[in-house]
This record gives sequence, structure tokens and C-alpha cells, in this order.
Amino acid sequence: MAWTWLHRFGSPPHFYRVAGRLTPWFAWPAAVLIVAGLTWGLVFAPPDAVQSDAYRIIYVHVPNAFLSEMSYTLMAVAAAVGLIWRIKVAHAVAAAIAPAGAVFTAVALATGMLWGQPMWGTWWAWDPRLVFELVLLFFFLGYAALRSAIDELDRADRASGLLAIVGLINVPLVHYSVVWWYSLHQGSTIFRAGGPAMPASMLWPLLLSILGHTLFFGAILLARARAEVLRRERSGVWLAEVVG
Amino acid sequence: MADFFRMSGYAFYVWGAYALAVGALLLNVWWARRSHARAIAEARRRLARSVVP
Repeated sequence: MAWTWLHRFGSPPHFYRVAGRLTPWFAWPAAVLIVAGLTWGLVFAPPDAVQSDAYRIIYVHVPNAFLSEMSYTLMAVAAAVGLIWRIKVAHAVAAAIAPAGAVFTAVALATGMLWGQPMWGTWWAWDPRLVFELVLLFFFLGYAALRSAIDELDRADRASGLLAIVGLINVPLVHYSVVWWYSLHQGSTIFRAGGPAMPASMLWPLLLSILGHTLFFGAILLARARAEVLRRERSGVWLAEVVG
Repeated sequence: MADFFRMSGYAFYVWGAYALAVGALLLNVWWARRSHARAIAEARRRLARSVVP
């Protein structure tokens, strides 16, 4: 069947090898796109009519905020696949996402504060978007704390996997908070009715930065998932081959 | 050039945000590499202890 290529990823040695080969194909384009996107955003994009140069924070804030939601969703889906079909590699992927996801969320919050202070006049507000993003950080940290509290990997995978799935209800709250409630935070700039609310000269560097950060996340995910696969391997044959 | 670094008075916020974001990218790379290196070292210890091939 055409699906055998997918099923083979459930095999730890196959996953380990393919992930290792794929990593540079994510890492190098990511480096190029991030450098290009950030340089373009800082140097060549025009200043904003209202926010002047302060708006340039968007080129680091939005990619991190986007990845915080995306990585959490992926983590919960991987955990669900691991729980339902008892696939070790899926649990390894879920466990690999949490540290990177927590960092993206923390950076989204911190860069948001650095943007909020000059533009809103406050570092923090108990605003729906901000609060749900903070809850997202707590879910990432709770997931990691639960894992480290359980010594046995299989049990840690199952318990933390359930927590990851429960926390998934928070993701639409983060995403649609600016639509569902009156919020200090502005709405979507790119994916909105009527097209992006930005001229091309500001939009392009943002798209490059988002794509670059997404590929970067892919590279980190692959490298960490390889480590997690190794940690779960008890039978010696292929392990001896790759680390011996 | 000095104007570029001033960021029309928002230098602290703009450069602070970029420093944080780039620092976090580097942290992610270092952290992932360390985790892989540790997993390999741990697997080697496990293999050394076991009788299974």
C-alpha cells in the first residue's frame, strides 16, 4: 500500500536514520531565511506610520507566537497518536516538542511585553490574548514537570500525553481570543478577511521570518526526537550500531 | 547609522526583543545538541551494562 512509507516511521531505527538525514535540510534553509527576514525587517522595511520603528518587533514576536500555538497542537496530536496506537516514536516526538515550545511561548510573551510597554503604556494587561498565552506556557511547563516527576518513561509518556491533550482546548482560546472578546491586542494581520493588513514591503520579511522559524522548529524537533528515541530503546541491536 | 541604532527612540524595546529572540534560538540549538549527546552517552552506558548484543 501507499501508506507503508508512513508506517515505517513507527520503526525507531528507521526514524532515527531518516530524521538525522533530514535535519540539515531544515536547519540551513532556516538559518538563511531567519537572517534574511530579520535583516530585511530591521534595515529595509519602511517604518510604520503610527508606531514608527517600534513595530519592527513584529518580525520576532509573530513567528514565536505562531510557533507557540503550532508546536502545542503538534505535541498534543503526537501524544494522542502515541496513546491511541501505542507508538513509541509518536511519544518521542511529543516529548521532543515541549522544551522548544516552552521557549517559543516565553519569547512570544517577553517580546510582547517589550512591544506593549511603548505602544500600550504597560508591560502587562490581564487581557484575554495575553492570559491564554500565559496559560499555554503553564501547560508546556506542567507537561515538562510531570514528565520529570515520573521515572519510568512509558508511564511518563502516558500521563504527560493526557495532560497535553487536555491542554489543547487552550489553543483555540489563544488563537480566537482577539475575535471572541474585546481585546487590547490587535487582531490577525496576515490571515484576515480582505487580505493582509500590511503592504508587501512589510509583509515579505514577516513571511520569510515565519517560514524560517518554522523550519528551525522542524530541525530542533528532529534532533530532539532522535534523542528521545534513543532514550526509549532497550533492545541493543540497532542501538549498538548507531552509538557503538 | 546612529539613527538606525536609535530606532526612533525605541532602541531598548526593539533591540531588546531581537536580542531575546536570537538568544532563544541559540539556546534551543545548544539545548537540543546537549540532549542528543546525553542520550548517546546514556545509551552507551546501557549497552555496556547489558549482556544482550
